Amino acid sequence: MDALVILTLFVPFVGFLINGIFNKYTGKKAHWIAVPALGISALGGLAILWQVVNTGQVFENTFWTWIIADKLHVPFGYYIDNLAAIMIFVVTFVSFWIHVYSIGYMAEDRSYARYFAYLNFFVFAMLLLVMANNYVLMFVGWEGVGLASYLLIGFWFHKKSASDAANKAFIVNRIGDAGFLLGIFTLFAIFGTLNYSEIFTSNIAVNKGLLSLALIFLFIGATGKSAQFPLYVWLPDAMEGPTPVSALIHAATMVTAGVYMVARSAPLYIQVPEVGYIVALTGAFTAVFAATMALVNNDIKRIIAYSTISQIGYMMVGVGLGAYWAGIFHLYTHAFFKALLFLGAGSVMHAMHDVLDINRMGGLKDKLPHTFWTFLIGSLALAGIFPFAGFWSKDAIIHYSELSGYTIIFYLTLLGVLMTAFYTFRLVFKVFFGEPRDRELYEKAHESPPVMLIPMWVLAFFAVVAGFVSGWFQEFLTSQLPHAHFEHGEAGILLPIITNGLALLGILIAYFMYVKPVIPSSLGENPIIKGIYKILYNRWGIISDWYEIVLMGWLRSFAAGVYRYFEDLFIDGTVIGAAGLTAATGNLVRKLQDGKYSTYALLMTAGFILILYLLVL
Amino acid sequence: MNYTYWILMLALLYFSIGALVVLFRRNALVMLMGLELMLNSANFALITVGNVVDSLEGQVFALVILAIAAAEVALGLAIVINLYRLKGTANIDEFNSLRSD
Repeated sequence: MDALVILTLFVPFVGFLINGIFNKYTGKKAHWIAVPALGISALGGLAILWQVVNTGQVFENTFWTWIIADKLHVPFGYYIDNLAAIMIFVVTFVSFWIHVYSIGYMAEDRSYARYFAYLNFFVFAMLLLVMANNYVLMFVGWEGVGLASYLLIGFWFHKKSASDAANKAFIVNRIGDAGFLLGIFTLFAIFGTLNYSEIFTSNIAVNKGLLSLALIFLFIGATGKSAQFPLYVWLPDAMEGPTPVSALIHAATMVTAGVYMVARSAPLYIQVPEVGYIVALTGAFTAVFAATMALVNNDIKRIIAYSTISQIGYMMVGVGLGAYWAGIFHLYTHAFFKALLFLGAGSVMHAMHDVLDINRMGGLKDKLPHTFWTFLIGSLALAGIFPFAGFWSKDAIIHYSELSGYTIIFYLTLLGVLMTAFYTFRLVFKVFFGEPRDRELYEKAHESPPVMLIPMWVLAFFAVVAGFVSGWFQEFLTSQLPHAHFEHGEAGILLPIITNGLALLGILIAYFMYVKPVIPSSLGENPIIKGIYKILYNRWGIISDWYEIVLMGWLRSFAAGVYRYFEDLFIDGTVIGAAGLTAATGNLVRKLQDGKYSTYALLMTAGFILILYLLVL
Repeated sequence: MNYTYWILMLALLYFSIGALVVLFRRNALVMLMGLELMLNSANFALITVGNVVDSLEGQVFALVILAIAAAEVALGLAIVINLYRLKGTANIDEFNSLRSD
C-alpha cells in the first residue's frame, strides 16, 4: 500500500515540478508529461480502491513525523478507508479525463505548460487532502487546492475580471479556512491529538458543547470551500477560469472537499445531531437559493456553477442528516455528470468562439451532435431522471430527509428538484433547440476534436451507469462510516414517482417556454413576475451583496487608514530612514578616501607618529 | 668629539624638510625631490652612526641606498612624465581616479 500511495500522490507532483520548472522547454508538449502522470495516478487510485474493496480494512501508515511541538505530534501519513478510497478514485479518474480534454481545449493557449503544471499541482494537493491521516495534513491539502484554484481562476490574469475573481475566491475561502483552523484548534483542545484514528476511537468523556463548537467551526470551513450559503459568492465568479478547470476544480473535486471533510468527521458529527441539523438546513437552503439564481441567468457557465452550489447543498443535506453514504454517493455521481456538463459547455464555447451568452445560441444540436447528446445525458442525470446517475443519489438524499422528520428540509429538497430540472433544460433548450439566434456564430460553429469528445463520452457513460451501484455503495460505505438511526426506513415506490414527476414537470415547463412557446411570453410583462425576475437576475440583490454593504465599507476605510498612517508613516518611514542612515554614514566615511595622495600621505604620517609616540611612551 | 650629535640633528632637519615637502607640496616632481632629501638624511645618519661604532657597515648601507634611490627616482620620473602626458599637469591631486575616464 505504501508504494501505491506514494505513486498515486507524488507522480502528479513530479509532473508539476517538471512542467513548472522546465515550462520553457516542455512548451506545447507539456501534456506528454502531465497526462501520463495523471494516467499513472489514476491507475494507482484504481488499485487502491481495488485493494480496499478486496480486503475491507483501513490502511494507515506514517511516513515520518512532520511536526513535534510539546503535546502536538503531526505525522505525515495516510489513512485510507472506504470513504477515502472512493474519493481517491473519483478525483484521479475525473482528473485524468479532464487532463485529456484540456489537450484539445487549451491547444491554442500561450501558457500551455503553466496550465498543466497548475493542474498537476491541484491533483497532488487534492490527494493530500483526501489521504491525510490527520486534520493538519488535511489542512495543508485544503490550502493547496485553494492555491491551485486561485492560480487557475486567475489563469488569464491579464483580464481584470479574471484576476478579480481569483482574489475574490481566495479571500472568501480565507474566511472559511479561518473557521476550519479554529475547528482544528478546538479539536486539539478536546482530544489532545489530531490524528483521525485516535480521535475517532477516543473514549474520553467529551464536552458536548465544546465538540459542537469545534464541529460548527469545521462546517464554516466547509461552507467556504464548498460554496455554501453565505460564502458561496466566489463560485459563480470562479467561472472566469478555463472551462476544464471549472469542470475539475469547481464542480467535480475541490468544491466537494467540504462534504468530504464533514463525512470524514462523521464519527464526531454523529455525536451531536443538532450540529448536523445546522449543516443539513444550510445545505437545503443553499440548494434552493442557488437554484433560484440559476433559473434566470444567461451565462452558460454560471448556470452550471449555480447548479453546482445547489447540488453541493444536497450533499450537505445528506451528510448533515447522518446519511453519510448518501451525501458521498451524490458527490460521486455529481462528479461525473457535472464535469460532463462543464466539458459540454466548454465544447459549446469552443464552437461559439468563447461566447457565453445563451441568448446568442440556439439550434446547435445539428451542428454539435456529440456535444448535444453528451450534454443531454448530463442534464438528465442532473435533473434526476430515472435511471441516470443523479436519480439514484439525489433520491437517496431526499429519502433520508423525509425519514429524518425535518419536514422543512424535505420540502426544500423537493422544491430543488423542480427548479433543477427547469434551469437545466432551459439551458439545453436554449442552446441546442430552436432557431439560431446569431446566424453568424451559428454558421461558424464546428464540432470539437476527438481529444475533447472522448472524455465527454467516457463521462457520459458514467453519468448513465454510475448510479446502478447504489446498493453496493451503501453497504460499502456504511460498513465503516457511522449512520444515523433513522436510516432503516423502507424506500417506497412513491418517492421516486414524486421526484421524477417533479423533474418532468420542470422539463415540461422549460419545453413549453422555450421550444413550443405555449406559455405566452407576455406573461413576462406582468409586473409581479417581472419584479421576481429582476430580483433573481440581480442575484437577490442585498442578500448576495450583504458583505459589500455590511463589511466592505468600513473595511475599505480601515485599509485606507492603515495605508496612510501605518504603511506610509511607519513601515515606509522605517525603510526609508534605514536607507538614509546608511547613506549618511557612507557620506561621512567616504571623505577619508577621496583619492588624493596628500590626504593619504598626511594620514599615514599622522598614524606613524602616533605609533611612534605610543611605542616610546 | 661630539659633532655626532650635530650631524644627527642635521639629518633630522633634512628629513623633516623632506617629509614636509612630500606632505604639503602638490607638484609630483617636487615631491620626488622631497623623497630624495629624506633618503639622503637617512644616509647621513647611517654614516655618522657607523663612524661612532667604528664599522664600515654604515657606509656600505649608504651606498646601497644611493643605488636604490637612483633606480627609484628613475622609475618615479618615468611615472611623473607619463602622468604629465596623460593630464597635462604634474599636480598630484589631479590624479585621483583609478579609471581612465
